Amino acid sequence: MMRFILPFVVFMIMAAFMYVGLSLNPREVPSPLVGKEAPAFTLPQLHEPSKQFSPQDMKGKVWLFNVWASWCTACEGEHPLFMELARRNIVPIYGMDYKDKREDGEAWLRRHGNPYALVVSDIEGRVGIDYGVYGVPETYLIDKQGVIRHKQIGAVTPEILDKTLIPLIKELQAK
Amino acid sequence: MKKNFLMLLLCLLPVFSYAGEATDMAADPVLEKRMIGLAEKLRCLVCQNESLASSHAELAEDLRREVREQMQKGMNDQEIIDYLVSRYGDFVLYDPPMKKSTLVLWFGPFALLLIGGGVLVYQLRKRKSQVPEAALSAEDAQRAAHLLEDTPESLNQSKDKQA
Repeated sequence: MMRFILPFVVFMIMAAFMYVGLSLNPREVPSPLVGKEAPAFTLPQLHEPSKQFSPQDMKGKVWLFNVWASWCTACEGEHPLFMELARRNIVPIYGMDYKDKREDGEAWLRRHGNPYALVVSDIEGRVGIDYGVYGVPETYLIDKQGVIRHKQIGAVTPEILDKTLIPLIKELQAK
Repeated sequence: MKKNFLMLLLCLLPVFSYAGEATDMAADPVLEKRMIGLAEKLRCLVCQNESLASSHAELAEDLRREVREQMQKGMNDQEIIDYLVSRYGDFVLYDPPMKKSTLVLWFGPFALLLIGGGVLVYQLRKRKSQVPEAALSAEDAQRAAHLLEDTPESLNQSKDKQA
């Protein structure tokens, strides 16, 4: 009997590992930035390039930092959620137009609506590297001390927004 | 023979799939060489099975530019690797560091080899004890001896007959 049970058990263990492996997302690389201070930068604003923005301006506030681009199709998917979030006035959303032409970014916002309190443009993608961006859209939740509390790689879904982001935002705002 | 030769040719096919590095033009060829050398050890995050040196993804180009600029600033390889790891995690390294979370990765195969070897030795020992050497009865022994003695002669005889 053992002759059959043992290989079967071994097979089941291997199958279990493979099954779990199938459901993992290889694109989700755990970010070492979570729990660390948001990297500093100073970038020109998209709409008024003469003005600049830096994350230090946000000290004392909980805010979302959303990296998007006009060439990014997945951004269109998550955009209505940010529009809704901005309407509900839960958290200020700051955008970064990543590796994009200024006019394209502006046109995209005119077409899809602008949920952002402010948008900066990272034309060369240097700040993106500092933030470990590798797949737009990416969204960072930054707390009052300027520490990154959460990083969402890829589009935000209603589920992620309701179950992860909003509870965390409320918690951080209460602190 | 022809088939074997064809097989050999087939085995050589991958040689043709070699693709050159995606190089950016740089003024300083020595620095460029050093940059490519480092980038070969780093993984491109967009196309995860390509190195930073061989990837044509835009992010890889930006990262190569970043590495090049940091080299120009006089940073050494380790400092640049540390910078990238602090941004993108251990994932950028093709050679993962030994850590608690990577112990299985480093020692798992050896553990499996040991377990496999152990099972093999155990099974072989068990089989040995299960199959006792069959003792020959006196009659069988005699018959065997007889056969052994007989064989050459009987062979010779049959040869003679044929001749």
